[in-house]
Amino acid sequence: MAGWQRHEGEAVALPRADIDTDQLIPARFMSASRAEGYGGFLFADLREDAADFPLDRHPEASVLVAGPNFGCGSSREAAVYALVDAGFRVVVAESFADIFAGNAVNNGLLPARVAEAGAILDALGSGTAPARIDLETATLEIAGARHAIELPDIWRRKLVNGWDDIDLTRAHEDEIAAFARARRDAAPWTWPARDGSRDRA
Amino acid sequence: MSRTLLDKLWDAHEIRVDDDGTSLLWVDRHLVHEGSHHAFAKLAERGMPVARPELTFAVADHYAPTRGREAVADPAIAKMLERLERNTAAHGIALFGLRDPRQGIVHVLGPEQGLTLPGLLVTCGDSHTSTHGAFGALAFGIGATQVAHVLATQTIWQRRPKAMRIRVEGALGPGVTAKDIALHWIARLGTSGATGHAVEYAGSAVRALSMEGRMTLCNLSIEGGARFGLIAPDDTTLAYVADRPFAPRGAEFEAARADWAGLASDADARFDREVEIDAAEIAPTVTWGTTPEQALPITGRIPDPGALDGGRAEAARAALDYMGLTPGAPLEEIAVDRVFLGSCTNARIEDLRAAAAILKGRHARVPGIVSPGSMLVRAQAEAEGLDRVFTDAGLEWVGAGCSMCVGMNGDTVAPGERCASSTNRNFRGRQGKGARTHLMSPVMVAAAAVTGRLTDARTLMEERA
Ligand code: SF4
Repeated sequence: MAGWQRHEGEAVALPRADIDTDQLIPARFMSASRAEGYGGFLFADLREDAADFPLDRHPEASVLVAGPNFGCGSSREAAVYALVDAGFRVVVAESFADIFAGNAVNNGLLPARVAEAGAILDALGSGTAPARIDLETATLEIAGARHAIELPDIWRRKLVNGWDDIDLTRAHEDEIAAFARARRDAAPWTWPARDGSRDRA
Repeated sequence: MSRTLLDKLWDAHEIRVDDDGTSLLWVDRHLVHEGSHHAFAKLAERGMPVARPELTFAVADHYAPTRGREAVADPAIAKMLERLERNTAAHGIALFGLRDPRQGIVHVLGPEQGLTLPGLLVTCGDSHTSTHGAFGALAFGIGATQVAHVLATQTIWQRRPKAMRIRVEGALGPGVTAKDIALHWIARLGTSGATGHAVEYAGSAVRALSMEGRMTLCNLSIEGGARFGLIAPDDTTLAYVADRPFAPRGAEFEAARADWAGLASDADARFDREVEIDAAEIAPTVTWGTTPEQALPITGRIPDPGALDGGRAEAARAALDYMGLTPGAPLEEIAVDRVFLGSCTNARIEDLRAAAAILKGRHARVPGIVSPGSMLVRAQAEAEGLDRVFTDAGLEWVGAGCSMCVGMNGDTVAPGERCASSTNRNFRGRQGKGARTHLMSPVMVAAAAVTGRLTDARTLMEERA
């Protein structure tokens, strides 16, 4: 995955709170493999029902501004795939659900916690505005104003470097092996009893 | 220094901490289901093996057909099930597949098989993994990238959450269940009320819950934003765990028991946040909107959005529009089209017993299905004759799986239909496109089946008394 430092793009508003993962991508699309592309599944039901859905009006947008508690619900990473494959790089909200935010960072999508997200939503209305995001300074510039992004350092580093956790972790292979040995010695009961397999059909 | 239960579990699994405070944690049990195909694809891309197949267990649940299992009719579903079989066989992972008599929903099966134990760290690519915290395990849901990471390394990077404690003191009234405790606190604190926190449940009302009730409570933690739910193990926990197929036996069990004895928050441990709830104040609770926080006692009325504050008013208006409800209407007058009794939240044997007690000798006015949490729960229920209570009432008794909780297997609620459901999410379209979901406990689902509308189960219980 390629890392990124700065992003400039059009911001579009979706002024709803608690946008859940079932809205981001309805369950029926989740058996597709990633290679098929998830962009078309984004907000599938909402788009079908709303004649004038903001994302359809502004297909070029790459920054989504939404209400608080964005991404609540399930752990389905497909919700992030749908946003990324539809061209989004950044979601701006007052708050995010924990699992969604972690999934986003793992896929190069910035969950930008911005305290003034509500005011930005109001300013955008049904239009768009150019937005500029800088990970280094953790700032968002939009509609002539600058906002701080609450950005944990590990998220910033992962996004900037496009880091893959598996590579990072493998550097600690020996430490992990030693931990596993010590755990097995000290608490052998933490390994599943072999008896269980006897019942296996 | 005094520590919380969360601290103790965290410290016991911490391999290292990075400068920024992110911990690399050892994973004792990794549970996977059909949705893990993305993660297996990531491994395949890199040509990597599964690090610890003996600590990984797979379950067919999300796409499991609840009927006609002999020949899976839908090719898309058959493909998902085959993919899971192929991936687990290739990596030497034990699979509880569709034809296994122990098959069931991952969060029912794990504890039932003794794969979930106090003191373990359990991960699964499913947000309701918080369920397993009912045993005093550190259990949390992860996304596909993290599933791939656990498969590849048997570890996970995670920041320690803040510690929150919800104490529920006193006794629950008749007809009031663990589900109502959960809906009550989520209605009070909101769906993001516990975001960033691990919630430890404590207090006499929690101690009095069975393991089934504790699992229901921890299961719903995520609906209040908490990725982790926790309950300190006690005699109830030990009695449940002993003699489960994969649980330790003999001397190993004794050693485990000694370790588990320390799994409680120290008396003077500090929590980042404390919430007190009086059990006597909790009524049977139902949701009226499209998030679990939009919930009220069954005796209440649909709220007037105009009386709520700004953001909530807007959300309530949109929810009522979707749900087709009018402000001011009594909840008990809302007619339902069908019922669903199932899911990892409320489809364990105790849930089925409680619902059957209401339905016995009565008829359901609306159609519905009862899907037990696992095939072993199903067998137990049949041994007790509960299946006949459900079918005599006119409900359909089907196989185990996620079923109508998420609709992936084809069990869906039709557009515009209203469903009284024992599940965990009333999100728009969760049970099918355009479906209107009301969350409630199993006894409340049974009561709604009998009257064809949302109903205070206590009324039906009193008729019996
Ligand atoms: S029953 Fe529902 S909530 Fe539970 S694991 Fe299945 S889909 Fe998820």
